[in-house]
Amino acid sequence: MASKFLLVAQREYLTRVRKKAFIVLTLAVPLLLAAFGFIVVKVASSDNDSTEVVDVRDDSGLGIASRLVSTAQLQFEPASGTLAEAKKGFQKEKHAGLLYLPAGLDVENPVGVQFYGKGNISLKKQTAVKTALNKAFSELKMQKSGLSQEQLDRLRSTIDLQTISLDDAGNEADSNALATSGIAYVLALAIYFFIFIYGVQIMRGVGEEKSSRIMEVMLSSVKPFDLMMGKIVGIAAVGLTQFLLWGLLSFGATSLLAPLLMKSVDKKAKTEMVAKADATPNTAADGPKTASEQAEQQLGSQDAQATATGQFKIFEVLGNLPLGTILFGFIVYFLGGYLLYGALFGAVGAAVDDQTDTQQFMFPITMPLILSYVVGVSVILRNPDGPVAFWMSMIPFTSPIAMVIRLPFGVPMWQLALSIVLLIIGFIGTVWVAARIYRVGVLMYGKKVTYKELGKWMFYKG
Amino acid sequence: MKPILEAIDVRKAYAAHVALSGVSLAIPEGSIFGLLGPNGAGKTSLIRIITQITGADSGEIRFRGERLRPEHAAQIGYLPEERGLYKKMKIGEQLLYLAQLRGLTKADATQRIKQWIARFELKDWVNKNVEDLSKGMQQKVQFIATVLHEPKLIILDEPFSGFDPINANLIKDEILELRRQGATIIFSTHRMESVEEMCDNIALINRSRKVLDGPIGLIRDQFKTNTYEVEGNGKLMLAHPDFEVVEQKERENGHFYARVQLHANVRPNDLLRYLIASVEVESFREKIPSINEIFIRRVRETMPETLVEEAV
Repeated sequence: MASKFLLVAQREYLTRVRKKAFIVLTLAVPLLLAAFGFIVVKVASSDNDSTEVVDVRDDSGLGIASRLVSTAQLQFEPASGTLAEAKKGFQKEKHAGLLYLPAGLDVENPVGVQFYGKGNISLKKQTAVKTALNKAFSELKMQKSGLSQEQLDRLRSTIDLQTISLDDAGNEADSNALATSGIAYVLALAIYFFIFIYGVQIMRGVGEEKSSRIMEVMLSSVKPFDLMMGKIVGIAAVGLTQFLLWGLLSFGATSLLAPLLMKSVDKKAKTEMVAKADATPNTAADGPKTASEQAEQQLGSQDAQATATGQFKIFEVLGNLPLGTILFGFIVYFLGGYLLYGALFGAVGAAVDDQTDTQQFMFPITMPLILSYVVGVSVILRNPDGPVAFWMSMIPFTSPIAMVIRLPFGVPMWQLALSIVLLIIGFIGTVWVAARIYRVGVLMYGKKVTYKELGKWMFYKG
Repeated sequence: MKPILEAIDVRKAYAAHVALSGVSLAIPEGSIFGLLGPNGAGKTSLIRIITQITGADSGEIRFRGERLRPEHAAQIGYLPEERGLYKKMKIGEQLLYLAQLRGLTKADATQRIKQWIARFELKDWVNKNVEDLSKGMQQKVQFIATVLHEPKLIILDEPFSGFDPINANLIKDEILELRRQGATIIFSTHRMESVEEMCDNIALINRSRKVLDGPIGLIRDQFKTNTYEVEGNGKLMLAHPDFEVVEQKERENGHFYARVQLHANVRPNDLLRYLIASVEVESFREKIPSINEIFIRRVRETMPETLVEEAV
């Protein structure tokens, strides 16, 4: 009877949603997420904030020092005095290190450049110094081969590789493998966790009913199928509520924290500007340096523009994805996958007496789920049209995750249709099997159940 | 009286054993029907078929003349031996939920719950979770859940287990009251004294077969052995052509107790006449077999000796 099924689903929903654990978890996760995001941004920006100073002593006579370009993270300053004094000097000033360019340095084969630092020198710092030196030397070489400073400035460019995907009709669309993969990954992860978390809840719920011995009372007024499906649907509603609340609260929490974040980002931008302003007068006397400094500033603003357009691009890329198909597919595979696995989890809960006995039956259920996730994010994400991707997106046990990973990359219509039909057949099949195991299992006590036993249960009459 | 429930040649087999092999029963409306039998005889299987938890392999159950259908569940109340409640659910909500599953509207259920709660003095516990209740109180809640939807047929499997004598009495009175209001009660138990006290009819099931059924008085008559208990003073003659002294106990000052079995066609008055002539009679009554004795006798007849001790 439909009304009984609804009553069961309603009870499952209400008792769970009112639990303290549910309320706490629903409130805590978005706050934790927001706090985590806040900390990450804070740490990242504070890391970028600190400008480290490297003293440069240039005895080479090649004018390398003046060609070293300061950045927001690393600032080069000429050191005064002898080498020994400079070595002491940078430590006294608490500078990051001393770069020493010895006399008689060969431009073609620069050996003997030394970098003194206090304690261990981080790889990041080494790379930054090396990059700056590399640039300086290559500029020097290019100038020697006859290029003017003006020409050099013009040679500098940032590379923005635009990737374009052609669809079957030959239409061009911006494609961004990273964004597409990201979406595929997030969708797969959502399905994976949803099935796991709430599937286990179904199993536990059935186990509790069984161990509290209420089953016989229940079954004298509700059909086992209604009882099982009511539980599965009720718990799905709990999960959807939780996910929805998480989404809304996370959005709320981040938009509350966003102003704070913006402030710290603003501050960071300001200090960057100050750092640059500081850098300019130091090298004011040097003509070419000023030019390069200006160029650097230009580049900086170009970078900022690039980031801004990058954000727009994400939306642009999103717009170019088959969004309708992705959303439709996600809902179908989300629900289909959950129902398919939910029924199996319910059957396991019904088959065993003791929660600790669930392991042996859990394994064959969780294996295809874990497999489809692991293979999905490694193989399918890299080759969404390959044979592994195809077959895994057809098998109902793996298709909920495998197909969702493929969706953002575009899937032929016939494959999607076939996969959905197979999923529906698989879902009906597993629910049928699970309902039979459930029906017998919930009233079976004190028996260690084997697979052979489960097989027999399928064929018990009414 | 017309039967409220009939079982006609019901058979049920599981993979390993046969639970019911051709059981037929008729339960008169408005009676208290004792369903008796040793453990594993098939009682629970039969009850589960009547409550439609499982189906019979063959045979038929008729409820008021109609073939049993899922809709009949609303007219049947079942208190299983293996019973429980949702531990983390409040008493009031739990009763409401179970009543609604039995087809009661929310308003009706709420009102009846209020009455029963007051009757069983559970008012302070309505908003408590089941796990906070004592076992006796949980049993009361379960009993309420069984009868809340005013079923016409109430099936009680060991209803007194877990109750102290005071609460057992309370439940017994409620059962009798329900019968007075017109409900039929199927009563499955091992406690023979409550069977004798309450049941109008009984059926005895042993090893998947019904071995005995009928009104309790008739069954007793059927198992009467024409034996009389005599207490008196004097010397009872041990050998007589009309009767046989089965047992005799000497007591102080010449008093005695004896069980005397009459031979066929000898009437109790013949014995009494003889007794009056030879001894001082202090008491004289017919020895009526207890249900317990009948139970054991019948089980023993239909079962190898070694298994009886386990079962009884």
